[in-house]
Amino acid sequence: MTNYATGTPKVYPLRDTSTMLRRNVKQEMRDKVAIAAIIGIPVLFLLLFVYVFGGALKGSVQAAGTPAYVDFVLPGLIIMTAAAGLIGISTQTSVDMTAGIIDRFRTMAIFRPAILIARVVASALQTLAAMVVVFGIAVAVGFRSHASITQWLGAAGLLAFITFALAFLGLAFGLAAKTVASASNGPFPLVLLPLVGSGIVPTSTMPTGLRYFAEYQPFSPMINTLRGLLLGTPIGWNWLIALAWCAGLGLLGLAWSISVFNRRDRKRAAPGPGFQGTQNQG
Amino acid sequence: MNAAIEVTGLWKSFGDQAVLKGIDLSVPEGTVFALLGPNGAGKTTLVRILATLSAADAGEARVAGHDVAREPLAVRSAIGVTGQFSATDAYLSAEENLLLMADLWHLTRQQGRQRSAELLALFDLADTGRKPVFTFSGGMQRRLDLAMTLMGSPRIIFLDEPTTGLDPRGRRTMWDLIRALVRDEAVTIFLTTQYLEEADQLADLVAVLDGGEVVAQGTPAELKRRIPGGHALLTFTSAHALDAAARQFGDRASRNDEDLTLQVPADDSGRSVQDVLSRIDVDSVRHVTLHTPDLDDVFLALTGQSGTAQSGAAQSRRVQS
Repeated sequence: MTNYATGTPKVYPLRDTSTMLRRNVKQEMRDKVAIAAIIGIPVLFLLLFVYVFGGALKGSVQAAGTPAYVDFVLPGLIIMTAAAGLIGISTQTSVDMTAGIIDRFRTMAIFRPAILIARVVASALQTLAAMVVVFGIAVAVGFRSHASITQWLGAAGLLAFITFALAFLGLAFGLAAKTVASASNGPFPLVLLPLVGSGIVPTSTMPTGLRYFAEYQPFSPMINTLRGLLLGTPIGWNWLIALAWCAGLGLLGLAWSISVFNRRDRKRAAPGPGFQGTQNQG
Repeated sequence: MNAAIEVTGLWKSFGDQAVLKGIDLSVPEGTVFALLGPNGAGKTTLVRILATLSAADAGEARVAGHDVAREPLAVRSAIGVTGQFSATDAYLSAEENLLLMADLWHLTRQQGRQRSAELLALFDLADTGRKPVFTFSGGMQRRLDLAMTLMGSPRIIFLDEPTTGLDPRGRRTMWDLIRALVRDEAVTIFLTTQYLEEADQLADLVAVLDGGEVVAQGTPAELKRRIPGGHALLTFTSAHALDAAARQFGDRASRNDEDLTLQVPADDSGRSVQDVLSRIDVDSVRHVTLHTPDLDDVFLALTGQSGTAQSGAAQSRRVQS
């Protein structure tokens, strides 16, 4: 006869989080399609705007104090990279949730928050690495910055903050999505949002209604702050508005994620024939 | 003997739809328990509650001596669960998946490598090397799924429809693995299935779940005893021939004018078949089907699908085998 262990088993928060982090980083490194999308989308826009539209748009940006068009456009495309990273985490999370491995983790005696913490950290690391690549390509096509070390550190800190905030939001999208397709397509408009802001052309050139939107949408203050740090254009209160947006979006994503993650325990419908489609068959 | 799983008065509803309506079960240690039921009977819901994935509305469930609601962590450290959904990491190799489990069970590196090598060999996955799981066949994924469940040597294992979607050979392999598990590791297994043959093959105890209620419980032999004996099903060439034969058997036979069939009591011995055929004009019989009682009959009789019990049972056996 077996005697089952009594008492509560020990929990290993750090060990479990690092285990999950290793798993997620491995996954990301092997998902070449996602890597190509996260780096490819901003680079594609970079080349498009610098070589196709750049010549025509140069005039309007020189008035804003940036002599080369690539200098003006890069901050917007770096923010676009953060949005592309959001799609990455949303998709990866949804794949996990619909495949059943998350349910396996939940039946194990592990530190449960490790599942979400590791996902966010791994995704943020991937997005920040993608930003470095986009920066590198921008330098190759002529981007130059005369920022000081302090300004570079400020830019890095700002980007880390933005990236983590959007990763939390992407986590929530991925947890809430019913299918992988909706998790990956749903947030796509966010990737294009920097275009309808201060990313590509100065907002002062837009018609009034649109300009209003472009100036107040969340990505514009982030772009303006980054541009200011890298190129020395005026920042004003943009840094504070950017940080406030990030804090707000990040907390929203965090609260939403926790609520969806816990709600699954209570509100999962009884699996009937409708579930068979995603079952592991063949 | 200790009960590995003890369930009393368990209720669960989703909205106003009651899925489990007062379930009572007891599974002794070291046995295989099969929960049998059609789609939507509540099998998966019960497994999810026992595996701490879902909370019951009322009643009590103890797994490995611990209350699933109050001590979920203690329950989780004693159980392994293989659900209906593939719970492997598609980007990792088979070995990486097993080592991931080793890390989450907090095994040492040495223990993890040793156990994963054992399981890869046992489950015939050793030569899959570094190939990621998404290249695996359905049967391989199921085997890996079960191997992952076993990685931490859990004392109690839940298998939710472990062979659904597998081809007949894959099903046999899975059965052999489950039997070996009980024999070599003395674990308790709680499995759900829609296949009566599976319960018959593997289980020490069977409970039939229908509409959220346990409608029968016992050993496969006990359940089979609850239904009447076998019969011969005769299909005739004409209504006239059916009439003539029906007169010979009187009350003992039941007829179906639409299908031109007559069902008469018989077993599968040569004497019994000869006795039936000697009473009728064999040239008027299109075909004869012999039916010996099995769990199909119990299942169909108990789950309220007995209207087409005979043809249904014969059909479902054909599909399964």
